[in-house]
Amino acid sequence: MIDIVPVAVEEDLVRVRQKVRQWAATYALSTLKTVKMQTAASELARNILVYAGTGTVFFSAIDGPRREFQIIFEDQGPGIADIEQALQDGYTTGSGMGIGLPGTKRLVDHFEIVSAPGQGTRVIIAMRI
Amino acid sequence: MSEWAEKVIGIFSNRRDDILRMWLESQQKNGYRGMYERIGERELYRQSNDLFEAMIDAAGQVGFASVRKPEWQAVADLVAEITAQRTRTGFSVMETVTYVFALKTVLIEILRQEQPDDIGCFVAEVVTITHALDEMALIATSAYVKTREEIILRQQQEMLDLSTPVIRVWDGILVLPLIGTLDSSRSQVITETLLQEIVSSNSDIAILDISGVPLVDTLVAQHILKTMAAARLMGAECIISGIRPEIAQTIVHLGVDLSQIKTKATLAGALKWAFDMRQLTVVHNAKR
Amino acid sequence: MERIPILKIGDLLLVTIQLDMHDQLVMDLQKDITNMVRTTEAKGVILDISGLDMVDSFIGRMLGTIAAMTAVMDAHTFVVGMQPAVAITIVELGLPLGGVHTALNVEKAIERLRAWGKIEAESDDEAHEGD
Repeated sequence: MIDIVPVAVEEDLVRVRQKVRQWAATYALSTLKTVKMQTAASELARNILVYAGTGTVFFSAIDGPRREFQIIFEDQGPGIADIEQALQDGYTTGSGMGIGLPGTKRLVDHFEIVSAPGQGTRVIIAMRI
Repeated sequence: MSEWAEKVIGIFSNRRDDILRMWLESQQKNGYRGMYERIGERELYRQSNDLFEAMIDAAGQVGFASVRKPEWQAVADLVAEITAQRTRTGFSVMETVTYVFALKTVLIEILRQEQPDDIGCFVAEVVTITHALDEMALIATSAYVKTREEIILRQQQEMLDLSTPVIRVWDGILVLPLIGTLDSSRSQVITETLLQEIVSSNSDIAILDISGVPLVDTLVAQHILKTMAAARLMGAECIISGIRPEIAQTIVHLGVDLSQIKTKATLAGALKWAFDMRQLTVVHNAKR
Repeated sequence: MERIPILKIGDLLLVTIQLDMHDQLVMDLQKDITNMVRTTEAKGVILDISGLDMVDSFIGRMLGTIAAMTAVMDAHTFVVGMQPAVAITIVELGLPLGGVHTALNVEKAIERLRAWGKIEAESDDEAHEGD
């Protein structure tokens, strides 16, 4: 099963958070993991709004060595030139919105980012179920 | 399914009682000390009977050659269930898995008794049945490992729970005595337990006593700092006590900044501070 | 338009946040609270977030801004009832909530405000001089 939530306006952030709650409840995630996943999703979906304007969020459960609840954030925005730098604590671009990627990364079990200037950004986060 | 395969299944159905009797005897004989005491004779019979029936049923539908087909799922489930139950009772992996092999020996013996002339088909069927039961033994082995893992996981959880007591020393004052090495998963449990207890006991002062922590490295210090920051966000004040001289040394050497945090050398000192915060005074009663 | 209600009790403003707040609601609340502090001359603002199951950087920043704005208007803002999981998440995320006072619940926040002499003590209760 997969859920897709488009992000284009502020109200969509609430929808993304609700979806995280639903999925977390389905897989009986602990309260702490649910809150962390909700917060991380809220930050990343807001990044889409702030930096790219529109994008899409995909929810799924994946089977690996351990089962994981996975969320993918995809946009066709300007992309990130220096990912290393973007993952440094305290780094933020001019607008100052969002706490940035390093804080979000600390909340989840798995964090992956693919981006290049002009190529959009794709962030994958996952939490062990 | 070949004619021979069907014939074999017919033989097994007809000699059901013999097979069960021989199988039970073999399970009992092969070094299964106290098996009946642990499982009980009736239960052992019921398990063996159910498994045998399920197997004949599946073989009757698709044959012994097709153990990976969905028709055999019921058999696989039953093997996993019986294995899990025996594992939990404390059987070793040998004792747990050999009951499948015991059945194999019995089935081949029955075939030998019934088909002594037609050696070619006999061998072919023996090979098929051997494959089928080896597959079952593999299922039993993985069920054994899985059950053991579950047991270990549960015990780990129990140890974590046991090792983090939160003590209410006074109305609104908690003490969390930390004892032993603080690894990452234990630290998490400690944080969650403490914060939960702060809410449920309505305490706004918490004392973290680290007298029993052998080593404070950067990671441990960081974790303690995070716990205190989280408690403060909830409206509770934390204080660390029980900082031994050698730990004070490491903290300074590591360059961990504890200036924002209340620390006391002893639990008594921390308790006194907590009483002061609550405007409580301990009075020596001279009359006694 | 939905809005988060603000209750006035004596010198206090009490706000209970239950909803999953979208950004506009957050901005409106910030505006409403500062307006109310001005018109009522409240000495304390208590934000009860026990019903909130997530505080991200946006909501966190709003809490800090409300505290800073009310402070210059001589009113102390308390955030009370934060869930343990939310507190841990905020710390991991690295959100600075510097200027915000916190308390376990509304009662404890009122106790503190009284102790500071910000709001009047009950007649049978002595106001403590503290901090």
